[in-house]
Amino acid sequence: MRPLQVPEEEYLRRGHVGCAGCGAVIAMRFALKALGPDTVVVIPACCWGVIAGAYPQSSLDVPILHAAFATAGATASGVRAALDMRGEPDTTVMAWAGDGGTFDIGLQSLSGAVERDEDILYVCYDNEAYMNTGVQRSSSTPYGTRTTTTPREGWKRTRKKNIMETLAAHRIAYAATASIAYPEDMIRKFRKARDLKGHARFLHVFASCPTGWGVPSELTVKLARLAVRTNVFPLYEVENGVSYTLNTEGDLPVRAYLSPQGRFRHLSPEDIQDIQRMVDEDWRLLRAKAQGPPQRARLMA
Amino acid sequence: MTKPAVLTGEHFMTGDEAAAEGALAAGCRFFAGYPITPATEVAERIAERMPQVGGTFIQMEDEIAAMAAVVGASCAGVKSMTATSGPGFSLMMENLGLAVCTETPCVLVNVQRAGPSTGLPTQGAQGDMMQARWGSHGHYDLIALAPASPQECFHLTIEAFNLSETYRVPVLVMTDEIIGHLSERVVIPPAKAIKTVSRPRAKGRKDRFLPYKPGPRGVAPMAAAGEGYRIHVTGLTHDERGYPVMTVEAQAEMMDRIMGKIRNNREDIIRTEAYRLDDADFVLVSYGVSARTSLAAVDEARELGIRAGLLRLVTPWPFPEEKIRALAGRVKGFVTVEINLGQMHLEVERCAGGRAPAYLVGHPGGTIIPPESVVDMLKRISGRT
Repeated sequence: MRPLQVPEEEYLRRGHVGCAGCGAVIAMRFALKALGPDTVVVIPACCWGVIAGAYPQSSLDVPILHAAFATAGATASGVRAALDMRGEPDTTVMAWAGDGGTFDIGLQSLSGAVERDEDILYVCYDNEAYMNTGVQRSSSTPYGTRTTTTPREGWKRTRKKNIMETLAAHRIAYAATASIAYPEDMIRKFRKARDLKGHARFLHVFASCPTGWGVPSELTVKLARLAVRTNVFPLYEVENGVSYTLNTEGDLPVRAYLSPQGRFRHLSPEDIQDIQRMVDEDWRLLRAKAQGPPQRARLMA
Repeated sequence: MTKPAVLTGEHFMTGDEAAAEGALAAGCRFFAGYPITPATEVAERIAERMPQVGGTFIQMEDEIAAMAAVVGASCAGVKSMTATSGPGFSLMMENLGLAVCTETPCVLVNVQRAGPSTGLPTQGAQGDMMQARWGSHGHYDLIALAPASPQECFHLTIEAFNLSETYRVPVLVMTDEIIGHLSERVVIPPAKAIKTVSRPRAKGRKDRFLPYKPGPRGVAPMAAAGEGYRIHVTGLTHDERGYPVMTVEAQAEMMDRIMGKIRNNREDIIRTEAYRLDDADFVLVSYGVSARTSLAAVDEARELGIRAGLLRLVTPWPFPEEKIRALAGRVKGFVTVEINLGQMHLEVERCAGGRAPAYLVGHPGGTIIPPESVVDMLKRISGRT
């Protein structure tokens, strides 16, 4: 087996206060390995607003600006403008928001920043619900999920919002999905995004959440990999909103991904068939946009 | 799976859960919310309970949307509520003003946490009291209640709906993290023992209905969208017909109506509680969880020979100006006890008008004020140290 090609440098230090097995912590670790120290991080209300740590446990080696929940895109725009005026145009400004702060309350702020083509990198680490407040549904929560605000038989019966298509519709210069289970692919995409200076860029990072999903913490990475291998979370890139590149193609039924998770335990075989149909449909649409089979990047499955 | 809206019996529940149950008992059947500590449990309880009573819960995309949906649902004829805390309360301010201007009944529960900004999300405070009064732009009056226990979260949420429906005004339930997350015994009475009030309904000829023509108590009857009355609801300055009128006179008339219905009914609206106040030299003025601190302080001070009493503000807004003015003529001092650095204290000081000194036992937020702090202040101002 070939060793992982991942930079040695660490910008995420010991002392973060994420839950055991937190996928969002792994995501930040790889993100900063890719981006390097010349990075300013803007974090709205989200798990990472807490994970970054209380003094003296601040866990990042780069400057952090905590922003109001609704405003990651706007706050990052202001940081960018000031850094440019101060002669620091090369510094990467990374907005780092959860799915609530991206898909829901922060969507207009993100949309505004992208439409203005701000020179920022916006990253959504997606754990598919409001985990910091104790697992309430977001518009990123997938069909079939139980959360504390979609309890019992009221499990979520609407689909996960397709944030990548939302961004593609803005004709954003670069948008890509990435997964903590595929660190080399993720680091490549973060570097590509970093080097595409002068434009708005968006990365959608799948960050599994053992606490909110009802799985043992040792399954964090495995679940992220299963999400890719079942086409629940395909890895792909979109340039200028029109040029699609698929990085992966799934080879497993969705059941393999759904069945280990407590949040899906109530689903009947028929419900799972419904989800399989939705995933297949989304995959066909994506495949049609890419106009061809996946161009397999250097992935380790 | 139908369950009763009124869960008659004895319960052990938190203030947040009790507020949710109070809403259902009051007839609330629409709740729009957004997760925020320490108010999330209200939405979670409602998410589970609303389907059982035929109501609707929607988790919105943010607090702007939550408050907007509440205004919309109330305009369409359903008793509606939301619940939030600091940052969400700030985002709700624009639509709160819309509800004031359009005289749309609704209830907003604010489970206060320490601010400003993100502050201490999991720790209590009473720092939003002036925002409750003045948080939306422009000049207006509204009603705020301050429960001091989970039991009161139940009863005062019902009261909030009744006042809101009676006066067609948004009513704020200003609780806090300490009460919101505190579990205590909550007794829910039989449904028929709970008094509920619904807004004055439109009557008469549908083609001649004037949606903002004041009725008894200065409150206009309300027609719901879809009942056949011609209604035009706007946050622009409007006349009795509801249509925008961009004149100084219309503005004066509208302001007179939306403020007059509160100001002219102060005696009906304002609720206070007195404890050992009759012979008191020193009056503690407090509300919410701090009123419980103050109760203990009164007894401790009395044992030291200091004649202390408590005036508890069940309705911080409207503020009981007359009571403070009357007391100011005969007492030796006021001490406002609140988990902020002096908000209702400003009102006490204003109404005392220099006739009695006004002191503050405040706190920047994050915990309750210990009774000893209040006793220490009483010892100092009574010269017993």
